[in-house]
Amino acid sequence: MAHADLISTATLTDPQPLVIAGHEFHSRLMVGTGKYASNAQMIDAIEASGAEVVTVAVRRVDLDRSKDEAILHHLDPDHFFLLANTAGCFNASDAIRYARLARAAGFNEWVKLEVIGDQQTLLPDTIGLLQATKTLVDEGFKVLAYTNDDLVTALKLEDAGAVAVMPLASPIGSGLGMLNPYAIRTIKQRLSVPVIVDAGVGTASDACIVMEQGVDGILMNTGIAAAQDPIRMAAAMKLAVEAGRHAYLSGRMPRREVAVPSSPTVGMLGS
Amino acid sequence: MTEAVAGEVVLSVNGTYRSVPSGWTLAKLLASLELDARTVVVERNGTILRDRLSFASLDLAADDSLEIVHFVGGG
Repeated sequence: MAHADLISTATLTDPQPLVIAGHEFHSRLMVGTGKYASNAQMIDAIEASGAEVVTVAVRRVDLDRSKDEAILHHLDPDHFFLLANTAGCFNASDAIRYARLARAAGFNEWVKLEVIGDQQTLLPDTIGLLQATKTLVDEGFKVLAYTNDDLVTALKLEDAGAVAVMPLASPIGSGLGMLNPYAIRTIKQRLSVPVIVDAGVGTASDACIVMEQGVDGILMNTGIAAAQDPIRMAAAMKLAVEAGRHAYLSGRMPRREVAVPSSPTVGMLGS
Repeated sequence: MTEAVAGEVVLSVNGTYRSVPSGWTLAKLLASLELDARTVVVERNGTILRDRLSFASLDLAADDSLEIVHFVGGG
């Protein structure tokens, strides 16, 4: 029976696992590691999220050791897939430099490429992003490109060799949810590479609605880390991503402007 | 900028000038900073040093510019 797994188990099996650049991932939820109150809280939240891909940033070592910033003491690289980002880079050459430094750490050649164009909104500089994507692809990087929800840019990033395109739901850290479902849906429909929505998810319903557009996954950080109870929110996000994925796979009913009764209209009692 | 003293070299480490004894290797500097070479990436004068085994034989020179980076939390 085709649906035996749906009925007999609490955990639904995704018939098509997420595959990026030939690498199969067991979770469609990717999470960041920033903004947590403590490393212990971060680890618990990541575990609760069920995420396999976790993002990290590249920064100078604080030589005065005033803070315990190093994350590899807490994250087992054998257990998680480390995805370095180029957050904070405002031009292509800086982003390329950070990507090269990240690769030299020796874990993988993947990078979540960010080239930020505006300090206030942290919206991407798509021209610099495209330049950096081309250079890094030529150097053998697997580029996951953080971009805005613009179809034409997404198509150009795919042409440039990005292994995944990551349009925003709304600005980084804003928690505004998905501002343009049409744009996200269109990008997903037109691209061949996986589409991972990155940034803007504020709560579980946001994540669910994003996944219902048919995208391949979500990356989030602040939506979990800035919750009052990040660990519980991480678990909620896991459920929401799965719920949204299965709702998408189910094929939702058509929207109607009129009511259609769910119960029989015949067999009513006579008056 | 730190003035060079005899027997010492002045170099930039993560944007700050430091004075170290002449003849120190990169490995010696990392050890003095209590850094595990396996958990950091070092860029010297704009070039990433991919071979960590070379740190032990890499002599620090005056006016070297080192960037020592690692992974931190981020989204």
